[in-house]
Amino acid sequence: MPSDLVHLFMRIDHLPHIWCPGCGNGTIMRDVAVAIQELIDDPEISLNRENVVIVSGIGCSSRAAGYLDFNSIHTTHGRAIAFASGIKLANPKLNVIVLTGDGDCSAIGGNHLIHAARRNLGLTVIAFNNNIYGMTGGQYSPTTPNGDRATTAPYGNVDRPFDIANLATGAGASFAARGDVYHVRETIDIIKEAILHKGFSLVDVYSVCPTYYGRKNKKGDAVKMLAWQRDNLIPTAKYYHMSENERAGKKIIGILSYNDYPEYTEEYARVIERASGGKKGGAAK
Amino acid sequence: MSKAVLMQGNEAVVEGAIAAGARFFAGYPITPSTEIAEQSALRLPQVGGTFIQMEDELASVAAVLGASAAGVKAFTATSGPGFSLMQENIGYGMMAEIPCVIVDVQRTGPSTGLATSPSQGDYMQARWGTHGDHPVIALSPSSVLEAYRLTVRAFNLSEKYRTPVILLMDEIVGHMREGVTLPNPNELIINSRKMSFHDGANKQCYFVPEGQYVPAMKPFGRGERYNVTGLAHDVSGFPTNDNAVAGANIKRLLDKVEKNADDIIRTEEILLDDAETAVVCFGGTKRAAMDAIAALREKGEKVGLFRPVTVWPFPEKQLREKCAHVRRLLVVEHNHGQMLLQVQRAAAPAQRVDFLGRIDGTVITPDDIIAAIEGKEGEYHAQ
Amino acid sequence: MGGRKRLVIESRWCKGCGICAAFCPAEALELSGDKVRLKEEGRCVLCGMCEMRCPDYAIYLVNLEE
Repeated sequence: MPSDLVHLFMRIDHLPHIWCPGCGNGTIMRDVAVAIQELIDDPEISLNRENVVIVSGIGCSSRAAGYLDFNSIHTTHGRAIAFASGIKLANPKLNVIVLTGDGDCSAIGGNHLIHAARRNLGLTVIAFNNNIYGMTGGQYSPTTPNGDRATTAPYGNVDRPFDIANLATGAGASFAARGDVYHVRETIDIIKEAILHKGFSLVDVYSVCPTYYGRKNKKGDAVKMLAWQRDNLIPTAKYYHMSENERAGKKIIGILSYNDYPEYTEEYARVIERASGGKKGGAAK
Repeated sequence: MSKAVLMQGNEAVVEGAIAAGARFFAGYPITPSTEIAEQSALRLPQVGGTFIQMEDELASVAAVLGASAAGVKAFTATSGPGFSLMQENIGYGMMAEIPCVIVDVQRTGPSTGLATSPSQGDYMQARWGTHGDHPVIALSPSSVLEAYRLTVRAFNLSEKYRTPVILLMDEIVGHMREGVTLPNPNELIINSRKMSFHDGANKQCYFVPEGQYVPAMKPFGRGERYNVTGLAHDVSGFPTNDNAVAGANIKRLLDKVEKNADDIIRTEEILLDDAETAVVCFGGTKRAAMDAIAALREKGEKVGLFRPVTVWPFPEKQLREKCAHVRRLLVVEHNHGQMLLQVQRAAAPAQRVDFLGRIDGTVITPDDIIAAIEGKEGEYHAQ
Repeated sequence: MGGRKRLVIESRWCKGCGICAAFCPAEALELSGDKVRLKEEGRCVLCGMCEMRCPDYAIYLVNLEE
């Protein structure tokens, strides 16, 4: 018997999931389920479960779409945000949540990420960022740190990495945040804010991949990797009370950028209003 | 709209799409299809629809599939290079059974090629562009009015068979302006996808009743939390590694087009009854062929025309039947011989199959065709 | 919320990563072979940290009454 949460929001028949022991993806998937549950239960929000659409691409992260019991679509590699854009534009009342990975959203799908951010289309993108291509066995990704090892970087990674949250901010995202799999409560709260945010939102959640990234780079097992997150990823409130010295080598988790830009589908509704001379156009039948 | 208007083929596509009920377009500018995007940007919001210019063609077809999965009829338009970029997601649409229309206004390739010049070089790409074995429906218009009618038909077939349908245009028809009298939209037959809601315990969203091929659809946001994937899947919509189930599903996808070929295939025959030679061509090439046939008929030569309107599946049976009495088949295409291969497969052993093609970006003229028919036997490649 | 709670371990789902045991504030959990178990009854303070971090949904709290 799994917990009530798992019973309510996951497809029990398809569990246990395929992720390796200690993989952070299961924790992030649970964060998403808890965030949705709390938004449904909050009487001031009363999120409608049937309006939630989970969209994923390809890779370890993207298997989450099949496990979560909502309208779900598991698309092609890199294209989740583009599919999600069509879904949101076709039916703006839907809460479209994209579950993607570091490779899926910042390598093959990087173009879609920056343009959805620029448009401020009301999607919520949760990046399961494990610094590696896990599904194909441990190749370096755009978030693998410089110098780290991967099966395709046997002498150390020459590339310099992306910071996905900063990338989204630079592309004009009206909401960009960072979470991790140690600070679970904080990350759930960030995901809730991201879902509630009207425009485009991105949460770069630092996952852990002990099987490939951890092993290749002698980072230890899942426990050691989580301990690293505990010691080096600092929640916003605490971070702002730290001295420059204390901050050295540490990264902040929390909401990193926030803006109230106009949301795309609301702006397009005004285009329809102008073009149709105020008449309500016939919806497709 | 029943009075004659001067219209371009590309514009007619947009009017046809709107008449068919399309309310979503996502695309990326590319010659010679760009007018379809421009006209969609203008016309769709007038009828409550949505236009979006995406960042590339990969995103365009992905957004179209997303919009259709959310319940709105959707289309995109592109040309050779963009059509190549779209191929992976076209295959996704076929696997996940999401209706949509993809318009390819062909230009001369390969690569960037001759961007503004006509071609029919994507004939085989339309059939085999995406990887794996998959069903394909492709229609090819030869006039502005037909561009309108076949766009409506492309949506109808797409909705009926739950699969992406390709409208294989060429630059000739896309940029041609003709006076057309569009039919009254109320007189058109419009098909929309069969939907199913709340069939209780039966969460099998790809369930197909015995003897049928097409499952009913459940759009997002209507209370049915089903799963869509491009992975091999079973009737529940979830991935499977069961080879028998995966194979049977792909067989059904192929069958839904193959077993319904008679419903899907349309051909045109002109002056074929007494013909000794049949010109076999599709799309805009028909225009030069008709001039050549008229000139040759005046001289007493028995020449007719056989034209696949549905270019995929190839109307093999129809060609055999309608051209059974014909001694010689002259395949005329703006490529190096693509449909030619299909005609060679379909022709009787006693029938001679000749070819006339162009790959230099110029248009095949009636004189080229006359010369080919009056010329000596064997393949004839215009240069 | 509130009320009495109980810790449940779903051993079949446990993949033995050890995260719950390592970060349990009461040090109430341990790995036995490749599965987690409670060291001794009464040691668990029912804080739920294990449930939050378990990637496999193999350990969680249940409310004992409605």
